[in-house]
Amino acid sequence: MSETHYHHLRDLPSRHILGTGTPMCAGCGGLATLHQVYDLMGEKCVIVNGASCLTLLSVYPYTPFRGSWLYTAMACAPAGAQGVRDGLDILKKKGRISEAEDLEVVVLTGDGSAYGMGLSATSGAMDRNLDFLYLCYDNEGYGNTGQQFSPATPHAAHTATSKGPKGYPGYKKDLFGIWAAHQPSYVATVVAAEPLDLARKIERARSLTGPRLILALAPCPTGWDYEPSATVEIGKLAVQTGIWPLKEYVDGRVVHTKIPHPRLKVEEYLKAQGRFRHLFAPRENREMIAEIQAGVDRYWQQVEQEQEQPRS
Amino acid sequence: MTRKLLTGNGAAAWGARLARIDYLPAFPITPQTEIIETLSNWIEGRELECRMVTMESEHSMLTAAGAAAVTGVRVFTATSSQGLLYATEMLYTVAGWRVPLVMVNVSRGLSSPITLEPDHNDVLAMRDCGFLQLHCATCQEVLDNLLIAYRLAEHPTVRLPVLVNLDGFYLSFTREPVLIPTQAEVDRFLPPFNPGSIRFRGGEPLSEGVAVLEGAAYSYFRYEAHLASLQGIRVYEELGQEFAGLFGRSYTALECYKSEDAEIVFVMIGSFATKAKEAVDRLREAGKKVGLVRPRLVRPFPAAALRGALAGKKGVAVIDQNLSPGKGGILHGELASALYGMAEAPPVLASFVGGLGGRDISSEEFFEIHKAVQRAVSEGVNPSPRLLYTEEELRGVRTMQSVARAADTKQGGGA
Repeated sequence: MSETHYHHLRDLPSRHILGTGTPMCAGCGGLATLHQVYDLMGEKCVIVNGASCLTLLSVYPYTPFRGSWLYTAMACAPAGAQGVRDGLDILKKKGRISEAEDLEVVVLTGDGSAYGMGLSATSGAMDRNLDFLYLCYDNEGYGNTGQQFSPATPHAAHTATSKGPKGYPGYKKDLFGIWAAHQPSYVATVVAAEPLDLARKIERARSLTGPRLILALAPCPTGWDYEPSATVEIGKLAVQTGIWPLKEYVDGRVVHTKIPHPRLKVEEYLKAQGRFRHLFAPRENREMIAEIQAGVDRYWQQVEQEQEQPRS
Repeated sequence: MTRKLLTGNGAAAWGARLARIDYLPAFPITPQTEIIETLSNWIEGRELECRMVTMESEHSMLTAAGAAAVTGVRVFTATSSQGLLYATEMLYTVAGWRVPLVMVNVSRGLSSPITLEPDHNDVLAMRDCGFLQLHCATCQEVLDNLLIAYRLAEHPTVRLPVLVNLDGFYLSFTREPVLIPTQAEVDRFLPPFNPGSIRFRGGEPLSEGVAVLEGAAYSYFRYEAHLASLQGIRVYEELGQEFAGLFGRSYTALECYKSEDAEIVFVMIGSFATKAKEAVDRLREAGKKVGLVRPRLVRPFPAAALRGALAGKKGVAVIDQNLSPGKGGILHGELASALYGMAEAPPVLASFVGGLGGRDISSEEFFEIHKAVQRAVSEGVNPSPRLLYTEEELRGVRTMQSVARAADTKQGGGA
């Protein structure tokens, strides 16, 4: 990725094109991600949305977007992207619009759609090698309905539907792996707290055609129970503890773009959020913390074994 | 113009081809599949310049259809039965987008029990979704109404998606002679689609399908769609006349067959109405004043035309090929609401349910229906709703049940 335009924070766009005054919560990690991505992409795109918190960005008659928007439904945003892409391609082919009137097609959903209800439509879009960018902001639960657990919820997290002493009994689904198994053009994880890494990945994704996923961890103050001002800090801790590996899949290979060194203990990340408070009080649940740590250790041992080199 | 033997599905494919569709999102389902196979072969053979994409479900198919229509291309799609219901959420959604796509539904009964054969519960389950509904009785009508459907959908005062319905098997797989107009003739009737201001373009930002947060805005857009749909009645009649001028075949919201001087009228939709016509002819031969009224339009509902056609009749038999469990025939209720309070409303409005899951309605049953209505007229009592079924059918099912029980006994016996 030596071709990148983004070497320093000052290289990032200084023009911010997503309007303010939206009904999103203060400190929304999903909105922070979208701000960065939209600034990088510009207004010449159509955002195809599936039901999620960010659906409420466009409430008649207002929109923060300078470009176009299509709300579909929870299960089928990639199918909406298919229709828009095909429609524009037909118009170009038949000479009814010019190249300048074309639009980039971006799917925007949360994890509820991306990890679950929308997986069939997503898989289908990849089967058909649809040329689109999928931006998933992953706040690890059905956030818009009050943070019930979703297939993206991490083990042990308290949610509105997993309030017991052990929290969510399941394990976070590997959406990155599910995408990579389809051998699409590009898959990457990002977090808004690492804007340079994010910008490079958007840049890389846009240099390619075909199905491309940007999977953004989206810290959620209301759902994860922390102060809105801590969103960036929690995003950074997710990376530094190795819980959210920053990586990309391209040309059949997975490369880690930021290997945490030294890797902080998972407690640093867990302690910062109310959804894991039951692991520390009234008494520390050492077994569960150790289990979470062991899972993260196992992941990075495997990465080391594969002898991957960090990107310079 | 050529004359050819076509199935209902073949006629639907010809209609789409002559409409010069740009885009065909598809998903196979019996008994519709022949439509997309036929179109696919034409696309492969470069006889039709259209992009076909096989989606992974009907839900996605409708989404892609609606989304492509927002770019301003002419879209066609087709489905049946379970597929139609699987796409339900998106039928409502794309109707709200006000996109003028056309979809064929080849009617088939709904699960469960799962069946392949036709009735109208699938299409009538979509009664309230906002699509206009045209119901066809012959293969010629399928082709012609496909062309009219695009004009209707794209009409600036309507601008709603249109569903063209034909019955599975009885029409989808029945060959009838069909006049296929030339492309030049069709082009005179159906010009290219002009999407107006609802279109995605670089440099022209557009938000489509956005949320509303209060009842006033929501109600406004819902009422708009309803009023636009109602405009469809007048527009359909106008288009039917224009079509007649060019092609010599006329279409109106209602087909009225020997109903003008009739005392008793059958009301039904779809291809089984041709059986009713046959029965009308035979009853007429026997001196009975009988007729048939067949709505082609079900949404918008041609209430005024129905009032006009049925005013002063002594009795009306609504024959529903659908069943709303706990209520009865759906069209019967619809018609009752149209006729209620009318000065010359027929005193007898009887309900018959039949033809479910491909079950035939025999001439004898039409005669029996006529007799029952005649009796009700003379007695001045509206008869109870009737579910058409014969003793022979019941005996057949009893036999099946005994077989099923025997199998159960054998399997369970050893356990």
